[in-house]
Amino acid sequence: MKKYHLKISTLPVLLATALLAVVLGGCQKGSDPSATQGALTKNAAERTYVAPGEYDEYYAFFSGGFSGQLSVYGLPSGRLFKVIPVFSQDGEKGYGYNEETKPMLETSYGFVPWGDAHHPDISQTKGELDGRWLFINENNTPRIARVDLTTFETAEIIEIPNSAGNHSSAFVTENTEYVVAGTRFSVPIPQQDISIDEYKGKFKGSLSFLSVDPEHGHMDLKFQIRMPGFDYDLAHPGRGASHGWFFFTTYNTEEASTLLEVNASQKDKDYIAAINWKKAEEYLKAGKGKKEKARYAHNIYSDETHTATTHWKDEVTVLEASELPGMVYFIPIPKSPHGCDVTPDGEYIIGSGKLASSVTAHSFTKMLKAIEEKKFDGEAYGIPVLQYDAVLAGSVEQGGLGPLHTEFDGQGNAYTTFFISSEVVKWKIGTWEVLDRQPVYYSVGHLMIPGGNSAKPFGKYLVALNKITKDRYLPTGPELCHSAQLFDISGEKMELLLDFPTIGEPHYAAAVPAEMLMEKSLKIFKLEDNKHPYVTKSEAESKVVRNGNEVHVYMTMIRSHFGPDNIEGIEVGDKVYFHVTNLEQDFDVPHGFAMMGANNAEILVMPGQTETLVWEPEQVGVWPFYCPDFCSALHQEMQGYVRVSPKGSKTPLKFTLDGEAMDAL
Amino acid sequence: MKKSRIVMVIAALLLFTPFFFPIWRIVLEAPQYPTPLGLDIHVNKIVDMNPNDLKNINLMNHYIGMKDLPVDLPELEIMPIILVVMGVAGVLLAAKGESKWYLTWFVVMAFLGCLGMYDFYLWQYDYGHTLDPRAIIKFTNEDGTPMAYQPPLLGTKKILNFTIHSYPQLGGYLVGLGAALSFVAACVGWKEENQ
Repeated sequence: MKKYHLKISTLPVLLATALLAVVLGGCQKGSDPSATQGALTKNAAERTYVAPGEYDEYYAFFSGGFSGQLSVYGLPSGRLFKVIPVFSQDGEKGYGYNEETKPMLETSYGFVPWGDAHHPDISQTKGELDGRWLFINENNTPRIARVDLTTFETAEIIEIPNSAGNHSSAFVTENTEYVVAGTRFSVPIPQQDISIDEYKGKFKGSLSFLSVDPEHGHMDLKFQIRMPGFDYDLAHPGRGASHGWFFFTTYNTEEASTLLEVNASQKDKDYIAAINWKKAEEYLKAGKGKKEKARYAHNIYSDETHTATTHWKDEVTVLEASELPGMVYFIPIPKSPHGCDVTPDGEYIIGSGKLASSVTAHSFTKMLKAIEEKKFDGEAYGIPVLQYDAVLAGSVEQGGLGPLHTEFDGQGNAYTTFFISSEVVKWKIGTWEVLDRQPVYYSVGHLMIPGGNSAKPFGKYLVALNKITKDRYLPTGPELCHSAQLFDISGEKMELLLDFPTIGEPHYAAAVPAEMLMEKSLKIFKLEDNKHPYVTKSEAESKVVRNGNEVHVYMTMIRSHFGPDNIEGIEVGDKVYFHVTNLEQDFDVPHGFAMMGANNAEILVMPGQTETLVWEPEQVGVWPFYCPDFCSALHQEMQGYVRVSPKGSKTPLKFTLDGEAMDAL
Repeated sequence: MKKSRIVMVIAALLLFTPFFFPIWRIVLEAPQYPTPLGLDIHVNKIVDMNPNDLKNINLMNHYIGMKDLPVDLPELEIMPIILVVMGVAGVLLAAKGESKWYLTWFVVMAFLGCLGMYDFYLWQYDYGHTLDPRAIIKFTNEDGTPMAYQPPLLGTKKILNFTIHSYPQLGGYLVGLGAALSFVAACVGWKEENQ
């Protein structure tokens, strides 16, 4: 408090002091911070507590970022239910280690055991979440994965050719006609040996549109739009009136290839690329697409054979943006924008220049008018640049510092994250006025409202996904988990309810009401429907077959034994395939199989399923195997032995259970 | 048409309901089974209450040395025949129209019913007491005798971690009703004949 020096007469000073005292006293009277704090905390606890035996309201799927996986949490409790392996090997589940899922991680660069998973998006019908599949992108080795929401497992992974850094992905159109991919790192297309200095003009970007089969969900790379070498950062589809368009933010329109930190932050405006994909479809039909050679993998997992197969593709259809008018337009947007979000009615396209302090809203209606009236401001590589003011609807001024992402509550409000000022700001669509701001801890990236990127948001909860944790939880050494904050946004002001840690680095999340998925969650695989090539449907049918130096063990598991559990006649240098079928047909009775010294991992087999683990013994001896997943009261007794004889020893092949030989073959 | 005849016809026809509805259900509840296991006894087969229940009941029971639930039982081949014979007989007797035959039919039904329940009890006794000497888990009663796992004939009983409910189902109730109605028909018919 400033001290007023006694240059002035005492009476005004006394009056001022008295006034000050009254004002301060008044402030204290009405509020007892500790009392309100207590009430709020208790209230928040009640609203996030899911009592034992009760269920959460929402399934929330968080991307794992550099973990490569997808995690499943419940809201409002913030409890973790599952970590679904997508782009990284997972020894716990044998994903990427067993023979059936190794093909999922196959790419044109060979087997890639790790990925960077960023943006999950749930399939939609008529602009509303339908809970059939979840799509998620891989940023490092460009791919898109589709996760089946009845088994909560990765069902398909398709590689994206002519791409590097697949960031503006994997977002779906309002009827899941397409899921998109977009390049963050422009590269020479096709790849060639040229100097990096030649980036400007020579390096190109690709925006890929993959169709989604409405019955099976299978993806197919329908076409790629060849774009200038900007960085394509994020995207969201048009909906309602703007259905048929897709909007991608770009940054680095400076086309820098080094020290982007400085060199890509020079221009005061970059672009939103507005893609008219219906127009692209027309060009495709008219034969304007060019077929280019490109080798990429398409891996599909089948729940019938419990096996993934790699299909190799060798060409892609390309539409050249600079040559095909009416397909792509650039809308200027302030400085290095990040998020590109579309309001539930499809009218406003929100872009946040992450190096600015305001949030910009463009109008779709105005955009169409500007195109019609040819209100262009020059062009970039043959693509018209629309006049900024002709498309601008408004901007949220002084919202905060470093706006990133916006989602909507379906009540006419929008919520934007501000990374640098570490807050979430609520504002009114149309009037652009700030309604509320709440701090987050710390430095929020994306936020997520269930259905917040659709025509029908469920405006009760908001989750802020933060990048910096620091002192938020019990510290765990130098490396800390990422934090998430759950807000109640059903009222006028946002209320912080819960602060919970997350696995990996959630870049984005997608959530659905629990009812949409609960009933159709698969309980067991029907054994009679199992079409795995090495399935064994009853204990009596188990056997061991030698084929040169390959030995195939057809094994079964049921509480609490393996059949067979004693195997003799294996030799050093053999490649032993354990094809293990779980004969259980009871809910939540998995069995595992682990072999001593195996150079891969365990396999975890669900009821009715078959999985294969390969073992190549290099030492003579008798080696044990066992079930690592606690399955029954006699789980400790669920084990077996394999006798490995020297190479060429010709020990007879014998496989028994309880001393009884099983059918010799 | 005489009232007694109508009642008797209905009584006889009710004997055909077990061909459409299950007769008996045994339910096994346990803490680790939020959805209980169960088996339904139909006129000619024993089936799962929910898919795979029979298989899972057998799996549970193998630990204590119980044998698998039967796939075919002579009782299940005889029961349909008896029901058809008695049902047809009942209809013919109703056509005949003499109340004393209704009473006879009732007595035969009551006798068959008791016989059936006794046979069911015997089967349950055998199922619960015939245990594999190499059983993985062997429990003894307080008096030192080996524990047996006989399900209740009618009612609820707790065995180890399971609470077992054994009750008739629609088909069973309707056959019982049929028998009862034949007695009613006999009474009403006697009154009609002695009017």
